[in-house]
Amino acid sequence: MFGKLGFDAIPTDPIVLVVAAAIAIGGAVLVAGITYFRKWGYLWSEWFTSVDHKKLGIMYFIVALVMLIRGFADALMMRTQQALAVAGSEGYLPPEHYDQIFTAHGVIMIFFVAMPMVIGLMNLVVPLQIGARDVAYPFLNNLSFWLFVAGAILVNVSLVVGEFAATGWLAYAPLSGIEYSPGVGVDYWIWALQISGIGTTLTGINFFVTILKMRAPGMKMFRMPIFTWTSLCANVLIIASFPILTATIAMLTLDRYLGMNFFTNDLGGNVMMYVNLIWAWGHPEVYILILPAFGVFSEVVATFSRKRLFGYTTMVWATVAITILSFVVWLHHFFTMGAGANVNAFFGIMTMIIAIPTGVKVFNWLFTMYRGSIELSVPMLWTIGFIITFTIGGMTGVMLSVPAANFVLHNSLFVIAHFHNVIIGGVVFGMMAGLVYWFPKAFGFKLDEKWGKRSFWCWLIGFYMAFMPLYVLSFFGAVRRMQSYEPSEWWPMMMVAWVGALIILLGIVCTAIQLFVSIKNRNSMKYRDVSGDPWDGRTLEWSTSSPAPFYNFAHLPTISGIDDFWQQKQEGRDAIGNGPYQDIHMPRNTVAGPVMSLFATVFGFAMVWHIWWLAIVGGIGVFVAFILRVANDDIDYYVPAAEVERIEVEHKQRLEEYREWVKQHPEEASHLQVRMQG
Amino acid sequence: MASEAVTNHDDHAHPEAHDHHDTSSIKVFGFWVYLMSDLVIFGILFATFAVLLRGTAGGPDGSEIFDLPLILAGTFALLISSFTYGMAVLAMTAEKVDKVKKWLWITFVLGAGFIAMEIYEFQHLIHLGYGPDRSGFLSAFFTLVGTHGLHVTFGLVWILVVLYQLRTKGLNDMTRPRILCLSLFWHFLDIVWICVFSFVYLMGAL
Repeated sequence: MFGKLGFDAIPTDPIVLVVAAAIAIGGAVLVAGITYFRKWGYLWSEWFTSVDHKKLGIMYFIVALVMLIRGFADALMMRTQQALAVAGSEGYLPPEHYDQIFTAHGVIMIFFVAMPMVIGLMNLVVPLQIGARDVAYPFLNNLSFWLFVAGAILVNVSLVVGEFAATGWLAYAPLSGIEYSPGVGVDYWIWALQISGIGTTLTGINFFVTILKMRAPGMKMFRMPIFTWTSLCANVLIIASFPILTATIAMLTLDRYLGMNFFTNDLGGNVMMYVNLIWAWGHPEVYILILPAFGVFSEVVATFSRKRLFGYTTMVWATVAITILSFVVWLHHFFTMGAGANVNAFFGIMTMIIAIPTGVKVFNWLFTMYRGSIELSVPMLWTIGFIITFTIGGMTGVMLSVPAANFVLHNSLFVIAHFHNVIIGGVVFGMMAGLVYWFPKAFGFKLDEKWGKRSFWCWLIGFYMAFMPLYVLSFFGAVRRMQSYEPSEWWPMMMVAWVGALIILLGIVCTAIQLFVSIKNRNSMKYRDVSGDPWDGRTLEWSTSSPAPFYNFAHLPTISGIDDFWQQKQEGRDAIGNGPYQDIHMPRNTVAGPVMSLFATVFGFAMVWHIWWLAIVGGIGVFVAFILRVANDDIDYYVPAAEVERIEVEHKQRLEEYREWVKQHPEEASHLQVRMQG
Repeated sequence: MASEAVTNHDDHAHPEAHDHHDTSSIKVFGFWVYLMSDLVIFGILFATFAVLLRGTAGGPDGSEIFDLPLILAGTFALLISSFTYGMAVLAMTAEKVDKVKKWLWITFVLGAGFIAMEIYEFQHLIHLGYGPDRSGFLSAFFTLVGTHGLHVTFGLVWILVVLYQLRTKGLNDMTRPRILCLSLFWHFLDIVWICVFSFVYLMGAL
């Protein structure tokens, strides 16, 4: 009746119980609060069923921030374990539990923090930057989000019902096969990634088509903002690489569920095929994360240097070059496989070549700043911190790409330090910069500067303290994934790393306070973004109000060059435009996305526990919900011109009031004042 | 929020209705992109099949188990169904709903025949003890061919849905792009099958 599920699936480990209790209490408080304030109807009709790309972007970010706390808690537990488990001490985490934690940390941080942040930013920004009113497939966009949530739910359920994989974040075979991992941990990994991965593929197709087909008139490819370019390339990578993940996980599933022999040791299986396939997806994946971050930095550095981005064309071609090269380097993750000198040399050289377009980008950012009038705002601080940190991480990456050196560094803490160097220094810094930069566009008020700067400094210092010691330790032979270690001389460096992790924790706390302070003061003039253009921006998203109306633009803009909005402001053209307004065609909200994902979650859970009847129920539910959606013709509507006019006139009135206020308070309005009077 | 339900997509009433793009062409283009991502899945399964070709683990290889005349019959059913689907699209362009339905039904029958052939082949092999768990080679074989078969099965369900919608709604802006997308899907599966037939069956039978 319940497959493998029984009462023994509830863990008895006190740490897990405390965490589970905390989640249960937190969840109960949240549910009670929403119920008390009667917000369920509002959440359902305005958010959960929304096909508005801006709201989906916000929801991606909220879930990502929650999962960041989960993933970071795992990180702190690991650092604490390594600070304790020295010279014969076993620390406080038994090996089985420690293995689950480093697996969960990697999976959560990549799939459920970094990916939703990147995709969330794309959702929020790309349609606005290209002058579109929505994405190509609004319903699929909503479905993608909810499939991602389904995966996140399965990962979190594994904490309290059963166990998570103890295999490392990529679940290498044959360790992840049924013979060596007979529990349900790997199955949770499989279904969480499979379900959310399908959502990601749909996102890739959606944004690829949106960017290619829905740009405003006049916006040629080489007039697109760099963030849109990097998003386009990231989506190409998603379309080409996520199917590899889907197929690979499917084959592992067949091995585990039907006793097939793709990746088994005997009966003709080939374990190295798994490692090849997973990295043929995995390496493009890291560029899916970093390219949009590069895009964020490109926007930020131009805006806050008050200069056009240096070398726009080279920036685009560097992005395209990285996109292509990212598919011919996967073998550098396992030079020690024994493919032979020629194969290793090819992949080593290809990896080194990626440093060239990346270097082009770094110099473009530096030359943009050169002789610019730089404003050291929070996004700019993240950008400068990134340029320095990422350059160091990139260089250690080039060191790792030398096959001979790699044989020594392989599987050591050097690898850990390297990829945190580029993922924290690149992706996390980029997403934090993007969060602060585009927050006003999403919510209509700015984030607090003071707490933002504190968060930045904590992250920067914390990062260096947490990971530089790992580079050092690797030279003394420290390997990755150690539950305990003998040499007591490693201990001081481990303590430094632990303190670094605590400082990063302070950075996260600062971000939480930053959000709290800003929300509290959102109506004060210092925080409000009435103009829609708080940073004196250059690209189209700043031409509409903040938050943007649900139809984005009352009139579709016509573009005549790079940074067209900036040009408009220089020439004194009216960015907003006047009436007469016309009816606007918009998609309707849909219940199909959340409903299909609910059944997908049920299906995933049932598959994990081999509850076949429930899996059939879940599968049929997904199918029927989809067919009902397809049968529904009433999926769009027209916003009447009068409604558009009402919203636009209101915005103009606010703008007038704001101009008056700026005249009366010139000292508080800073740089915006000049432009607003002009 | 005041709104007005859309009952017809009349571009004259709403000059900005479809903005600067045509929704039908966006649907078909997006479906092309999806097919390319699906092609990657088949590419991976082909690559895995190639790697595991010699992994028979003492079990049979292709030449011992493939029943070429049967496969050839299935292949022809599928190839002809591609032609009949093309006829359905031609009938759609000519606005002849009844003909569209007729050709779709013929396509459905041919596709179902192909699936029947495949199910017979699979159950026959499993009956002989050559199931997908017998060896890496057989795992790869069953998965590659079975994935194609699942796609065809999904296509059959899709044909039924389209037939139902043709009965209730006729040819309109919703059903037209669907028939076109399904057409792409069906021809795509044909191309994949030609590769399966050539690389798996013909080369395996040598």
